[in-house]
Amino acid sequence: MSKTALETPAPGRVFYRSLVARRQLILAALFAALCLSVCVDLALGPARFGLDEVLAALVSPGSVSDQLRVIVWDIRMPVALMAVVVGASLSIAGAQMQTILSNPLASPFTLGISAGAGFGAALALAFGVAILPGSVAYMVPINAFLVAMLTAFAIHLLSLKRGVTIETIVLLGIAMVFIFNSLMALIQFFASQQALSAVVFWTMGSLTKATWPKLWITLSVLAVSIPLLARHGWALTAMRLGDAKAESMGVNPRRLRLEVLIVVSLLASISVAFVGTIGFIGLVGPHIARMLLGEDQRFFLPGSALCGALILSVGSILSKMLIPGTVIPIGIITSLVGIPFFLFLVLNQRKSAW
Amino acid sequence: MVSLAFDQVSARYAKRAVLDDIHTPTFFGGQIVALLGPNAAGKSTLFRRVLGLVDGEGEVRLEGATAERPIAYMPQETRVDAVLTVYESVLLARMQGRRLKVSPADLEAVDRAIDELGIQALTERDIGDLSGGQRQLVSAAQALVQSPDVLLLDEPTSALDLHRQIALLTVLRRLAAERGMLIVVALHDLGHALRFTDQAMVLADGTLKACGPTQAVVTPELLRDIYRVEGRIERCSRGHPLLVVDGAL
Repeated sequence: MSKTALETPAPGRVFYRSLVARRQLILAALFAALCLSVCVDLALGPARFGLDEVLAALVSPGSVSDQLRVIVWDIRMPVALMAVVVGASLSIAGAQMQTILSNPLASPFTLGISAGAGFGAALALAFGVAILPGSVAYMVPINAFLVAMLTAFAIHLLSLKRGVTIETIVLLGIAMVFIFNSLMALIQFFASQQALSAVVFWTMGSLTKATWPKLWITLSVLAVSIPLLARHGWALTAMRLGDAKAESMGVNPRRLRLEVLIVVSLLASISVAFVGTIGFIGLVGPHIARMLLGEDQRFFLPGSALCGALILSVGSILSKMLIPGTVIPIGIITSLVGIPFFLFLVLNQRKSAW
Repeated sequence: MVSLAFDQVSARYAKRAVLDDIHTPTFFGGQIVALLGPNAAGKSTLFRRVLGLVDGEGEVRLEGATAERPIAYMPQETRVDAVLTVYESVLLARMQGRRLKVSPADLEAVDRAIDELGIQALTERDIGDLSGGQRQLVSAAQALVQSPDVLLLDEPTSALDLHRQIALLTVLRRLAAERGMLIVVALHDLGHALRFTDQAMVLADGTLKACGPTQAVVTPELLRDIYRVEGRIERCSRGHPLLVVDGAL
């Protein structure tokens, strides 16, 4: 604790600047990998075109055949970009749930939001029940979205009760998962054979139903959410130091928790509503981002988005490649690829990330 | 100059009253005020009341503050598991309520706080890997980096070794004098209070039992009535007051 330290060059600042530079490099690398992955994703499909042809269709759509243009722009592009947008949305949702609840197991999947969406969708698929009257065309996603939001809202209401700690919130989420799983089993029991397969397929999660309108809706929610969350960047990072510390820095943990829970529920619900249950992205994406970039939200938030997007984009490629001619539902791929990768990272990390 | 006074301040959690009718003379910038009292006397609650985190009647009168956020608070609890380096965690405290962009002045402030507390060697470490004492110094740096007018420290020396206890309190003395900061520090070590603080407030069972110059407040009667120990205040060979405890009552 010497006074003379002020006159000597400050090593802390130097270290910090190199830390920032390294993280910017990592973010740039993730972005580059994502672009590459999207290109490969676009080049793959039952209709066999070369990467050069696909690139030509991307750069100058007017110069290629109609067939190629339609396949690249109207069939493959929405799917490839949906993977990016949904991956980013689910990963951000998971990252912020883990942040505000200080729990490494929090994610849209474990908090029951995905299960809620699945139940809503199953109601529509099996019995044609539209929760919002007059929404027949978009009955499945609207049902899924509403039940998912209701689940998030219920969790929030329960969390307001006296004596409910953030640990209990995660348990409440797990209780939600079990409730919806039971209800789902009930629906499946009563559903017709045809409806049953539709429900099962939906819960596996699939990008193949992606269209431009669905993509735009999901993208708009993501585009609105990111600045809303980034605005609280410093406060969210402070939340990881515990409520007492955050309060001492002028953060209002309860209000921030509510605000962020609404935003991430919206992000998760809208994604799950359109593509079905895709697990592990919201868990694995943020964990990889945390290991690569730490928890400073200025890097953690974009990092989580990029990691989630990259994983789902690669998942989309694998879903087409594993069995030629068959597109395996993406939810199965993310679980198959996500879990071993997650274990590998956890077992090989130097530093403790939770 | 910044000043702080308590005017019939009370505090309650839900319906349970924790502090009652705390009334003090005005404390001024440049002073160090010791907040004394046994466990569960209401010391932490008093800090939280100053910050507006607890409801209650009366007024905490803060005047002459110039900083954007005039009060910085170091809570007692320092345990943390976030994946952040020490440097980032101090920067974070500095940047609350500010834009996302970090300016060179912010980095300078962080380096200064880290230097003041002598934790340069820890800057690159993860906060989750630190010892209790190291976390306490980082926590103090987080409060200091906010450049407040009033600094509230809740038992900042409880996990520190003797050298670091003395070093921290010496730094606080210097900061109060140099920057005209008002520092209120909760302490259990009455010897430290006698040596390093100007004023003392004694809390017990949520009420103020004594308030005034530390040497006038810390007396054998206080030791007996509040701390339930038999003790004396002697003068050492250099004339400093020295606390001698003979035994628990």
